[in-house]
Amino acid sequence: MNILGKLSINALPHDMVTLGGAMMMIVAIIFGIFYVTYTKRWSWLWKEWITTTDHKKIGVMYIFVSIIMGIRGFADVVLLRTQQATSVGASHGIVSANHFQQIFSAHGVIMIFFVAMGFLFGIVNLVLPLQIGSRDVAFPFLNATSFWLFAAGMVLMNASLIIGNFTYAGWLSYPPLSELKYSPGVGVDYWIWSLQIAGLGSLFSGINFLVTIIKLRCKGMALMKMPLFTWSVFGTMSLVILAFPILTVTLALLYLDRTIGTHFFTASGGGNMMMYVNLIWSWGHPEVYILVLPAFGIFSEVVSVFSRKRLFGYRSMVLAIWAIVFLSFIVWLHHFFTMGAGVDVNAFFGMMTMIIAVPTGVKIFNWLFTMFRGRIKFNASMIFFLGFIFLFTLGGVAGVMMAVPAIDYQLHNSLFLVAHFHTMIVSGVLFGDFIGVMYWFPKIFGFKLIDVYGRVAAYLWIIGFVVAFGPLYILGLMGATRRLDHYPAYTGWQPLFIVAGVGVFIIALAVLFQFIQLIVSYRKRNDNIDITGDPWDGRTLEWSTSSPPPFFNFAILPEVSNRDDFWEKKQRGLNSNNKEYTDIEIVKNTPIAMYIGSAACLFGFSAVWHIWWLLILSLIAVIVFIMIRTTDEETEYILTASKVAEIDKKVQWKI
Amino acid sequence: MEDIDTQIQEAPKYDKTDDTIVFGFWIYLMTDCVLFAALFAVYAVLHNNTFGGPSGSQIFSPHYVLIETLALLSSSFTCGIGLISAYNMQKNRVIGWFSVTFLLGVSFVIMEIVEFAHLINVGNSFKRSAFLSSYFTLVGTHGLHVTVGLIGMLILMIRIYTKGLTKSSVRRLTLLSLFWHFLDIIWIFIFTIVYMMGIA
Repeated sequence: MNILGKLSINALPHDMVTLGGAMMMIVAIIFGIFYVTYTKRWSWLWKEWITTTDHKKIGVMYIFVSIIMGIRGFADVVLLRTQQATSVGASHGIVSANHFQQIFSAHGVIMIFFVAMGFLFGIVNLVLPLQIGSRDVAFPFLNATSFWLFAAGMVLMNASLIIGNFTYAGWLSYPPLSELKYSPGVGVDYWIWSLQIAGLGSLFSGINFLVTIIKLRCKGMALMKMPLFTWSVFGTMSLVILAFPILTVTLALLYLDRTIGTHFFTASGGGNMMMYVNLIWSWGHPEVYILVLPAFGIFSEVVSVFSRKRLFGYRSMVLAIWAIVFLSFIVWLHHFFTMGAGVDVNAFFGMMTMIIAVPTGVKIFNWLFTMFRGRIKFNASMIFFLGFIFLFTLGGVAGVMMAVPAIDYQLHNSLFLVAHFHTMIVSGVLFGDFIGVMYWFPKIFGFKLIDVYGRVAAYLWIIGFVVAFGPLYILGLMGATRRLDHYPAYTGWQPLFIVAGVGVFIIALAVLFQFIQLIVSYRKRNDNIDITGDPWDGRTLEWSTSSPPPFFNFAILPEVSNRDDFWEKKQRGLNSNNKEYTDIEIVKNTPIAMYIGSAACLFGFSAVWHIWWLLILSLIAVIVFIMIRTTDEETEYILTASKVAEIDKKVQWKI
Repeated sequence: MEDIDTQIQEAPKYDKTDDTIVFGFWIYLMTDCVLFAALFAVYAVLHNNTFGGPSGSQIFSPHYVLIETLALLSSSFTCGIGLISAYNMQKNRVIGWFSVTFLLGVSFVIMEIVEFAHLINVGNSFKRSAFLSSYFTLVGTHGLHVTVGLIGMLILMIRIYTKGLTKSSVRRLTLLSLFWHFLDIIWIFIFTIVYMMGIA
């Protein structure tokens, strides 16, 4: 038996496009290593970031990874759109059919798992403990481990570009195509293990944040006094803990099918491939709401602050969140009405799908009523928000259309569907994440982003989006299916595909402006320093501490008596004079979370290539690291009251 | 949790996280519960897909499984008594009762391995049919959990033997016994749904 399993020299890339991508990635890594060495920042990187257990830094790392992966996902889009705009009739475009399939699979996986999820957990990490007046999450070490598992999944997914290949079976890799018989390569295994490892990280985060919200709220913050972002994270994390185990099982069963020859989803041996589709979507549909609920929370915070009004219909907002949490588990079948489950089943799921639009509609109206007669600030966040309202409503209506099974039979797997879910995810999730980053940026880094670049980016995003996806709705109705690498000229689709390509170009410009916004704001940070800790005249607790907050967040844990308590106190000019500092226990920095992530990455790699000795070795490594951590009785240290007072004075002096 | 706090004299001064950890573990158990629910659902879908191979009634031996079940159920009982001894700070009793628990757990796992080996030897492996794939995976996942619990128990016993009943080891015993009872409940479902309904 080969000591390296299925791994051999043939695994290195052959074709030009992959080779180019792999080279670019390697050059970027070498450049990164060189830069850190040149600026002598290794020890800083190690002490401040890699070994950290501070939720704010972990949040920043999540968002950093998401931005990097976002660039890769966007590069995929450019290839896809170029291919579809040019590959018509006699011309066959720039990439081969097989490679095209890998690109759209990678695009979906990257954008959902490593961009949207990364942004979500990043922002939740940054904000949630501050917003509920806590010093950290419930289990800081577990939080770091979650991040490193997420990073391990990301590394594994990118390794497939250099060693081997990625799945070409689509972002959810349906069997029978993803079974060994039809996908004998390692692509599907890479897909399985990068999601399995990153998904485990998400599951741990879900447990962590749920416990944090239930157990670590500050004094006086009853459930109905929680900020709406916290409520939405509460709903999201409930979904995570209920949905992600299903993903774990589904991926594991597919791997067993491919590796030891079980018959869960195979065409032979009594397997049931539609069971895979059912299982993956009973995770996948809640996943959609896992992504969008925190964004809803962000919108609720931002629209209320920038309209200078209390959020309209707080109770109905909370109710809407929980209605969505419940309903999101009973609509999964609308992803495959064409399975032919029968009239009754399809009708039930169709109706549930229409019903789930109701709480979402309630939220839209509540946001609009919050703006009504408010003193609205038209900054970049609000422009993104209005773009969201406009696009999300259109996309939502298209969704309700497809909830009718009879119509869905026509639109299933067409570009109409692709346009619909991109409308929901880009406007709902991505715009929300952009707003979240711009809104909480000064809290974390201590200076504001320059708004004008953000406004330009927002307008370009909205226009670019309409130009890129408007044609796809039309193409879908004209009969264009998704995942086409080539089509005949007589279809007359090419002009619309070209328009969509132009839209991608406009979005690229928008992204460029976002980077310019980051760079220019960083250079001119001294003009935009936030010395008050409350740059937006905020309403919730995270604005009551300094920007950036000390590593223990609050020198004295806050106490609240109202919803939007910080705002109420500002209006009444109340200032807490309670200055009794107490000792704080802080979790020490530790590299073990990173070690566990690395070992998990190695585990995934050896599972992909069937290198069984390495698999066992890395599994033992994980167990040993966990044992080292659990037998360590001194994982925390005490920051004495006098030390807290000293740090707090410095901060207070700044304010 | 209160009795732990009052009964351990050397409680570290700053530790207030105990009930947060126990609560977090409960949430973890719920995710594990969903994991098993998914596996049960898979079994429910596939249990008739024997593909010409044997069905449950042809391969399950009720007496054998009953002994397995009794071993696991009584291990839950001894585990519970062991935990009470831990709350009473009776170190030797803790080690004694958990050793019994450990032995019962090991015999459960061995019986399961023997059962699996027998099935595979006579040609009824997980490759034979979708029914057997789902059977092996569901029961095997439970067995894997029991094995993880046993490893944890072993490490914890060594720790208690060398360092005594510290606050953190009592807390870990609490978590371990929660895990152990949880696996018991899952097994009751496996016993009922897979074996009893399979034989009937």
